[in-house]
Amino acid sequence: MQIWDPTYECMPREEMEQLQLERLQATLNRVYKNVTCYRNKFNETGIVPEDVRSLSDLSKLPFTTKEDLRLNYPYGMFAVPLREVVRIHSSSGTTGKPTVVGYTKHDVKVWSNLVARFMTAAGVTHDDVVQIAFGYGMFTGAFGLHYGSETIGASVIPMGAGNTEKQIMIMQDYRTTALVSTPSYAVTIAERMERMGIDPKSLTLKVGLFGGEPWSESMRREIESRLGISATDNYGLSEVIGPGVAGECPQKCGMHISEDAFLAEIIDPDTGETLPPGSVGELVLTSLTKEAFPMVRYRTRDITSLDYSKCECGRTTVRMKKTMGRSDDMLIIKGVNVYPSQIEDVLFAVEGCEPHYQLVVDRKGALDTLEIRIEVTENIFFDEMKRQKEFLDNVERRIDSVLGVGAVVKLVEPSSIPRAEGKASRVIDNRKI
Amino acid sequence: MLKIKNINAYYGKVHALKNVSLHLNRGEIVTLIGANGAGKTTLLNTLSGLIPTAGGEIALEGKSIAGLSADRVVSLGLSQVPEGRQVFNPLTVEENLELGAYLRYRAGGQKSEIAQDMEHMYQMFPRLKERRRQAAGTLSGGEQQMLAIGRALMARPKLLLLDEPSMGLAPLVVQDIFKVIEKLRDEGTTILLVEQNARAALKVADRGYVLETGKVILEGIAAELLENKDVQRAYLGRDKKEIWER
Repeated sequence: MQIWDPTYECMPREEMEQLQLERLQATLNRVYKNVTCYRNKFNETGIVPEDVRSLSDLSKLPFTTKEDLRLNYPYGMFAVPLREVVRIHSSSGTTGKPTVVGYTKHDVKVWSNLVARFMTAAGVTHDDVVQIAFGYGMFTGAFGLHYGSETIGASVIPMGAGNTEKQIMIMQDYRTTALVSTPSYAVTIAERMERMGIDPKSLTLKVGLFGGEPWSESMRREIESRLGISATDNYGLSEVIGPGVAGECPQKCGMHISEDAFLAEIIDPDTGETLPPGSVGELVLTSLTKEAFPMVRYRTRDITSLDYSKCECGRTTVRMKKTMGRSDDMLIIKGVNVYPSQIEDVLFAVEGCEPHYQLVVDRKGALDTLEIRIEVTENIFFDEMKRQKEFLDNVERRIDSVLGVGAVVKLVEPSSIPRAEGKASRVIDNRKI
Repeated sequence: MLKIKNINAYYGKVHALKNVSLHLNRGEIVTLIGANGAGKTTLLNTLSGLIPTAGGEIALEGKSIAGLSADRVVSLGLSQVPEGRQVFNPLTVEENLELGAYLRYRAGGQKSEIAQDMEHMYQMFPRLKERRRQAAGTLSGGEQQMLAIGRALMARPKLLLLDEPSMGLAPLVVQDIFKVIEKLRDEGTTILLVEQNARAALKVADRGYVLETGKVILEGIAAELLENKDVQRAYLGRDKKEIWER
C-alpha cells in the first residue's frame, strides 16, 4: 500500500514534535502580528507568543470558537491581505451569517496534498476514476477531494450532488473506481441500484471515500457489502481547512491526522481542560501551515479520542476515532450543519415571538428527514385552512433557504410539547448512527 | 543533525532572539532570511558560542552545545565562516588554512590527513593554490571569501555556518560563491546559510526560515518561500507594500 508523503506521514515522533513546535511558534508570531482578534485575545489573557515554549504550553492559549469567526465576519480572521487570497469558501453559520474562510495559492497546494495523502491511504492511485458526488459551490468538500484526486493524477468526474440515476449511469459508463460522497448518499445509491436491478458487483467501483457526516461501523459494513467496495472515512471541517485533516488507512482503525499541518488536542468540553492521551473529549485543532486563515485552538465541537499507538500501516501520525457526537446542539442533516438556534430565528422572524417547538430528525432509508413541530398559539391560529397552509408554506420556505435543508412543518396542540431544561430536549434524533 | 529549541539572546537590554526554534537535517542547506537586525547573525553567533544564550536548547547530533565556549563548539563539529570574511590579513593563504585545522593539530590529528585536506581545498579553490604564499590581505574579496570557507572546512565540520558569504562582492563573484555552496552541498556538507541576497539563498537552499525582529515567522521549503508574497515583498524587492483596508 502506497504512502503519499512518507517524510511527514512516517516521521519519528521526536522529529515531528520539533517540527510542530517550530511551526506553532511561527504561526503564533504571525497571527499575533496580523490578526487583531488573536492579538486582542492573547492580550486579554496576558499571553504573548513567546510564552509558548513547548507543545504543552499550547494549553495556555485561549480557544477560538465559531462565535469568534462570526464576530469577525467576513474577513477579520484573515492573516494576509485579500489580494493574496485565491479562494474563498464558507460554511453555514448559526444565525444567517456564514463563516468565511480563505486560502492563498500555497494553502491550496498544501490542502491538495493533504487530501492526496488520505486518498492514497484509502487506496486511490493515478489509475483511478474518481466520481465526486459532493455538492460543489461554497462547501469545501467537493473541491478538496477534487484537488486531491488531480494531485494524485487520478481522473476526476465532478458530478456534484444529487441526480442519483445519472450518478449510476455515469458510474457504469465511465467506469468509476472511486466514489466520493456522504455515507448516507452511498446507501441511497446502493438502494437505487437494487431498484433498478443493477448488480453493484458488475461495476468497476472498488473504493469509497465518505465524509461530511458521522457514521457508524455498521453503516460501513452495510455500504461495503451492498456496493462491494472498501469504505473509508475521512475528517475535516471548513473552518480548519475542509477535508484533509485526517483520514483512514487500510487498517481502518482510526483516522490518521496530518500532524505536520495540524496540532490536535482533546479537551473537556465543559471545563476546557486538556485531557490526557486516550481520553474521550472535544477535538481542538491548531493549524501549523496555513497562511490565509490560521486557526489557533479551534473548538471543533466534535467528540472523539486520540490514539498514539503504532499503526500497522507504517504511518506514525496520531489517529482519531470516528466522531462520536457533538459538544454543542448542532445537527448534521443530509451532510448540512443545522443549529436549532437557526430554526428559532426563523420562527421568531415569522411570528414575532418564539413559540414552543420540537425538532424530530429521522432517517428514512438512507435519507435524513427533519420535522418541525410548532405549538399553536393565538398568533398562528387561523380559521381559514388556506391561510393556515400559507403560513406553513411560508415557514417551510424560509427554513429551506436559511438551513439549506428542507423540513416538514407541523402544528401541534398547545402544551403538547414537553417543557424541559436545556435546548437538547427540543431535539429528538431517531437516527441510529 | 542540529536541533534548536527556544533560544534567546540579548545585546544588553535588547532582546535580539526570541524563542527561536529550528532544525537541520543531515546534508541539508537551510537558509535564514530576514531584514537587517532581524537576528540572523546573532543566531549564528549564539550557535557557535560567540554570544551567550539566555535560555534554550541547542543540540548537535543529540549533544547539547548551548553555553559551550567557541573552541569547544568547533571541536564538536560546528564551524562558522564569519560575516566580512575575517581572514588573518598578514598571514599567507596557506597559514590561514593551517590555522583552520589548529584544533585538529592540537588534538593530535594526523598531519598527513591535514595535508590531504589542504590539497582538497586547493582543488576546490584553484585560485587559493596559485596564491598560497601570498598574504591573505592582498587577495580580492571573492578570494578572501573562498579562503574563509576553506579555513572553516579545514576543521572538518559536520555543520558549516555561512554568514553573508556574498556580502560586498561583485555580481559575477557572487555567482562563483554560490557555485561553491552548491558544490559543498553535493559533497554532503550540512550548511546553515545567512544571506541578504534572499533570492540566491532560497534558490540554493532546501528549506528556509524567515526571521523578523528576532522571531521566526515562517518556515518552509525554500522553493515555496520564494513564491510567498510576504517574502517577495519584504526580501526579494518585488511588489510594493500597499496599505490594506479590511
